Amino acid sequence: MNMQLSRRQLLKLTGAGAAGSALGAFGFGGAEEAMAQAVRPFKLARATETRNTCPYCSVSCGMILYSLGDRSKNARSEIFHVEGDPDNPVNRGTLCPKGAGVLDFIRAKTRVKHPMYRAPGTAAFKQVSWDWAMDRIATLMKEDRDRNFIAANKDGVTVNRWTTTGFLAGCATSNEAGWLTWKVTRGLGLIQVDNQARI
Amino acid sequence: MTNSWTDIKNADIVLVMGGNAAEAHPCGFKWVAEAKAHNNARLVVVDPRFTRSAAVSDYYCPIRAGTDTAYLLGVINYLLTTGKYHAEYVKHFTNASYIVKDTFAFNPEEGLYSGYNAERRTYDRSSWDYEMGEDGFAVRDLTLEHPRSVFQLLKQHVSRYTPEMVERICGSPKDKFLKVCEYIGSTGNGEKSMTIMYALGWTQHSYGSQTIRTAGMLQLMLGNMGVPGGGVNALRGHSNVQGLTDIGLLSQSTPGYLAMPTDREPTLASHFANRDFRPLQANQISFWQNYNKFYVSLLKAMYGTAATKDNEFGYAWLPKIDKVYDTLQQFELMHQGQMNGYICQGFNPLLSVPNKNKMRAALSKLKFLVSIDPLETETARFWENHGEFNDIDSAKVQTEVFMLPSTCFAEDEGSFTNSSRTLNWRWKAADGPGESRTDTVIMADLFLRIRDLYAKNGGAVPEPIQNLDWNYVQARNPSPDELLRELNGKALADLKDPTDPTKILRRAGEQVDGFAQLRDDGSTMSGCWIYSGAYTEAGNMTARRDNTDPSGLGVHPKWGFAWPANRRVLYNRASSDPNGKPWSARKQYIHWNGSRWVGPDVPDYAPTLSPERAAGPFIMNAEGVSRLFARKLMAEGPFPEHYEPFESPVANVLHPKTPTNPAARVFKGDMEVFGTAKDFPYVATTYRLTEHFHYWTKHVKLNAIVQPEFFVEISPDLAREKGIQNGGWVRVFSNRGSVKAKAVVTKRIPVLKVDGKTVHTVGMPIHFGFIGETKKSFGVNTLTPFVGDANTQTPEYKAFLVDIEPLASGPAVS
Repeated sequence: MNMQLSRRQLLKLTGAGAAGSALGAFGFGGAEEAMAQAVRPFKLARATETRNTCPYCSVSCGMILYSLGDRSKNARSEIFHVEGDPDNPVNRGTLCPKGAGVLDFIRAKTRVKHPMYRAPGTAAFKQVSWDWAMDRIATLMKEDRDRNFIAANKDGVTVNRWTTTGFLAGCATSNEAGWLTWKVTRGLGLIQVDNQARI
Repeated sequence: MTNSWTDIKNADIVLVMGGNAAEAHPCGFKWVAEAKAHNNARLVVVDPRFTRSAAVSDYYCPIRAGTDTAYLLGVINYLLTTGKYHAEYVKHFTNASYIVKDTFAFNPEEGLYSGYNAERRTYDRSSWDYEMGEDGFAVRDLTLEHPRSVFQLLKQHVSRYTPEMVERICGSPKDKFLKVCEYIGSTGNGEKSMTIMYALGWTQHSYGSQTIRTAGMLQLMLGNMGVPGGGVNALRGHSNVQGLTDIGLLSQSTPGYLAMPTDREPTLASHFANRDFRPLQANQISFWQNYNKFYVSLLKAMYGTAATKDNEFGYAWLPKIDKVYDTLQQFELMHQGQMNGYICQGFNPLLSVPNKNKMRAALSKLKFLVSIDPLETETARFWENHGEFNDIDSAKVQTEVFMLPSTCFAEDEGSFTNSSRTLNWRWKAADGPGESRTDTVIMADLFLRIRDLYAKNGGAVPEPIQNLDWNYVQARNPSPDELLRELNGKALADLKDPTDPTKILRRAGEQVDGFAQLRDDGSTMSGCWIYSGAYTEAGNMTARRDNTDPSGLGVHPKWGFAWPANRRVLYNRASSDPNGKPWSARKQYIHWNGSRWVGPDVPDYAPTLSPERAAGPFIMNAEGVSRLFARKLMAEGPFPEHYEPFESPVANVLHPKTPTNPAARVFKGDMEVFGTAKDFPYVATTYRLTEHFHYWTKHVKLNAIVQPEFFVEISPDLAREKGIQNGGWVRVFSNRGSVKAKAVVTKRIPVLKVDGKTVHTVGMPIHFGFIGETKKSFGVNTLTPFVGDANTQTPEYKAFLVDIEPLASGPAVS
């Protein structure tokens, strides 16, 4: 759900109309109007605006992400500007030095772009396919689960737990991803599950 | 938070302690500025450093790191001796009048409560409870005079924390402490309120939970819970750490703070039987009596149609825990070689978890490690040699490591829950780079591959896997929309109105309106009962963007969705007196209008329960009142007590024989590497900088430009003593490791007199590591001790011991 008519678009529409009529009223016709039209329009004016939330601390400042690309099929969006969301009642449009720099996080050189694998004893990562990586991880997990799953404790009580693999959930995944993670980890029988709340 | 960011503007006093909101939460801190500018509020800061919050405060008082419990108990003692507490609130809305069992005892010389087992470092807590009457209800004395009433026991307990004792323990000058007491005491009257803002400065101690409890007790003494501008407000440090905790991603937890089953609860019936939520007063309502409804609805969300009454809704398939597997426990087991696989989803434990050298040794023992992260982390590259910053021989590390690219916040949709408990939906702005995938796609892929392997080849106990409900439109890509609907819950059969069976509340398949509609007979499902109401038949409530605030009190009831039940201030029934009349016109919030509870917020109470019934306002407690005495709920005692950090520069002046938390879990080997003041004379503390977020923004160019490298802060006195120049290189070392840094010599680090002894503090920002745009660094966790809070196992990052010496030059940079 993006805003149907963004604030920028609204400004552009109303602003352009007012400027046009004002120019006319002051008698600047012809040449000036042509020149005004020739000025390169702001990139922001044709940007797509998306409401999002700052990924850092828990104030959850509202953010507006500006991207190029109109979301049509095969068009690739690229975020090029970030502003605080003035409608958000908590941050009221402000961002701190972290939030204001978030564009460089999205574009960080150290973003992981492909599945990478480091084999035992080696000194480098090498690129692998998703399919290979996920097959390998699933196989390793199943082997460990099959070998170490505890169906019943020493008193014969059904406990269905798996203690030799652990899972650290983070702090910036969404609630929805968190719920799916809970389902999957507990579904597999994992109990070594924790998140960033303690740290 | 019990209250909200925007509610802070209603405060008359803002106490910032155990946090530094101006630095770490700047855009939330604006509400403190708002309170000062428009509500004539005063900001009081108590901190070991003269922080950015202190710089804009009306009053600043220094304190030795790690002594906040003693300080706050001193404030409670001040309130009790001067009478500056809210007597009516304490009498009616807390358990001050409850009589404690005569077997309960506290020995002030030993610093121990009744029931201690020194060998196991745990308590038998059976005596930490109320005396029960023959009618089955707890005994009370509303005069508060009974010698074993909670009130009298508390009075006696805190009487040791005189202003003089606070000065001896905390190093806070008596006159400054008393000035802070005056500010705080000015709110104990119903006319004014104080908010408390804290963060990891309180949690990251071996007794952090008790410090926060003391703050809660203080607010109850003052009548500041449930009122505008009041509350105990955890600022929370990560964008969705509130949400992921709500969802139960902690070893002992489930979504909505129900409990994971244990070995002692082989059946669902036994799990329920262990949870007795019967009211402790004849007139009381106890909300947790709905526990079974939430639990069964969760099991239905987990196992779908496979969960039936006959199989106790699949309860047997849920893993049972034999102990808490928090991060410290996990790494201890890993270090012992008892773990084979580890998956980090957006988590960088090599820098986040204490004792980096132990971390690296532990990770090296794994068979496989998976990092699912938008960024390359030190953890994913723990096996890589980075000179003295990460000195390791890759050839010797046999761990298989996978680094999987996940999308970041801008490239995915879904909700985050902020510190005000408000869920805000976010929309996707662009695709992630390269082959990155969303966390949901990665988790679904992993699960489906494992499920397929079990279907094809069989294996150990496949039933829990096969029966996990996976009824998503696209199995490989469950949508955030579907998942939030699942969290909210829906009717699985027509839900009849219990008061009028001819009426149907919700048809089968419809989303429930809230947790009140959940059932324990399998006719409803809900992944997380406290999120029930977030996605109803009316749509996605977390996506609401109406920022109006009709009351002007910062409630914003139509912005997003706040759990529970869209309530913005918790315990808000307590804003009115027992008769339902506001304590004051100034702090009016929820009151009784003769037929129901009304106000700008959703009442935290049964909406039409008349005050005549005299049920208490804290309906989550079986007592109906809040607890100054915690009964059996805390590991180290029902009242907080001052214990020193495991590494402390001074003896515990109250009970030298029990200097530290007697119930904290310490693993073998970690106790041995605690340092002593003889070898490591200075108190070290760690913190954030406004330019950086945890270990992420060191990857971010702009932030790396403004704050490019690790440094330590010391006072001019200590610098002179040690011959350290401002900007010069130093080595800081603890009994676990050593780091090199540039020194910032600053008056912002006070020098304290503690019981006659000069105590220096060394301040160290976190944030730096050996990957990213900032200059390579060691990680402050090279120094920190491997011990956690006795209740939550949050590691002791805020107070430990180091030594410091000048260096001729910095580390070799490769």
